[in-house]
Amino acid sequence: MSGGLSGYLARHAHALLSSAGHLARSPVATIFTVLVMGLALALPLGLDVLVGNVRTATGDFSGAVSVSVFLKTGVAESRAEQLAKSARERTGVASVQLITAKQALAQFRAQSGFGDALDALEDNPLPHVLAITPKPANSNPADMESLSRYLKAWPEVDTVQLDGDWVARFNAILRLMHHALLLAAGLLALGVVAVVGNTIRLEIQNRRAEIEVTKLVGGTNGFVRRPFLYTGALYGCLGGLTAWLVVMVGIHLLTPATAHLAHSYGSNFTLAGPGIRDLQILIGSSTVLGWIGSWLATARHLARIDPGSG
Amino acid sequence: MIRFEGVAKRYRNGREALSNVNLHIAPGEMVYMTGRSGAGKSTVLKLIALLERPTRGQVTVAGANTGKLSARRVPAFRRNVGVVFQDHRLLIDRPVFDNVALPLIVAGSSLKEIDKRVRAALDQVGLLGSERMLPAELSVGEQQRVGIARAIISRPPILIADEPTGNLDPQLASEVMTLFRRLNEVGVTVVVATHDLHLVRESGLRTIVLENGHIAGTEPSGVLPVIEAKR
Repeated sequence: MSGGLSGYLARHAHALLSSAGHLARSPVATIFTVLVMGLALALPLGLDVLVGNVRTATGDFSGAVSVSVFLKTGVAESRAEQLAKSARERTGVASVQLITAKQALAQFRAQSGFGDALDALEDNPLPHVLAITPKPANSNPADMESLSRYLKAWPEVDTVQLDGDWVARFNAILRLMHHALLLAAGLLALGVVAVVGNTIRLEIQNRRAEIEVTKLVGGTNGFVRRPFLYTGALYGCLGGLTAWLVVMVGIHLLTPATAHLAHSYGSNFTLAGPGIRDLQILIGSSTVLGWIGSWLATARHLARIDPGSG
Repeated sequence: MIRFEGVAKRYRNGREALSNVNLHIAPGEMVYMTGRSGAGKSTVLKLIALLERPTRGQVTVAGANTGKLSARRVPAFRRNVGVVFQDHRLLIDRPVFDNVALPLIVAGSSLKEIDKRVRAALDQVGLLGSERMLPAELSVGEQQRVGIARAIISRPPILIADEPTGNLDPQLASEVMTLFRRLNEVGVTVVVATHDLHLVRESGLRTIVLENGHIAGTEPSGVLPVIEAKR
């Protein structure tokens, strides 16, 4: 009786075509359901794209993080050079520039316009300074704090000044946005499951007679469930695709204004949309969500329908 | 093939449809079941097809005690019983081909096998060429024949029919009964529930007469005229 692989494929092909047929036969209901799911999924996708674009627009801020180490006045230049060498050897340090007191005074003289006043000074009041830039991977607050403690422990050091607090705050805001994105994605995923579950529940009610006949001729719960699972998965897949389209249209509409803004800052930045990998993840996860919503609805409602109970 | 031993059936609403029914239908036999509305004919058929389970007693169909069959084994059991309804129970939005093919799709037959056997079944009921038509495009008699084709396509050893001629004119009714007789001749056990005493009397087959949930007798035994007189 059973046709082996051919029979198995026939059952799945029948279920898939039956599901696609049902969606096609009620286009308005299908479009509205898909649109609701698409808009729900577009929100976390849009937030993800926004965070990604903000990161790109602001560039790699790790270069903007630095530490200024002011040595005590009276520390010899040769000792300052030794300290600079020691700092360079520490793990996580990208570069160390020694600004000697003499260089600092010359720079100040050139830039401040107080040349004559400075001539009146008997001694150079400025200290030697080490301008330390950490490696990008070590620009995080924890490593910066560790580096600061290390430098403060040197007896020749007067003050250590971190110049990247604002970057840390900015990164914290981006991290917060990312967490908000995950939270929104989780809640909206639940919403998608609920939308699909409710749609499938109504579908089961509408197709009660068909389900009864199928069970009457020996259809198992699994067989009856299969087209509904395919329907849920198709809803999810189409919802994901719609979300992607919504975000792409949004990016298309915002691109000229963004480019204009970036140009005013002398930047060539342009908005980037979700990539192929993002699209794959979106379609895959939305399909799975649709399948889950459908499975929950069928598990709850199908077992109650039996040809004898009518 | 089918055995009822002390079978009672009480529905959830409290109505007792059958009480202490004992009957035996041999393999390859064709029997009629008659009685007034509410006598219990449909309940007997539902118990045979495992659409209901007995409240008391034992129903054995093709060696299976239906009262003890696990839910998991019910679908496989139902594939052995073809059912024909008075209201056909066709899927109105599917063409004739899909309606008839359903038992084979459920059983996992190959597409080639499904195509071959659907055509053979439609040929058997005189509807070859109607594969693409929707049930609504067919006459009531043709719809009934589609229902019969669906019931016999998986070649079940048992065929039950609940008022299969209820909506048919005498000519069509006779054709449907001839079809059942032909299936019976090739070994299918057939149980037909009907009000049509004319058909029953004409057939000369064993007839089980039900009254108020009991078996009032079997024909030929003089019970039919009593039933007729009560109408």
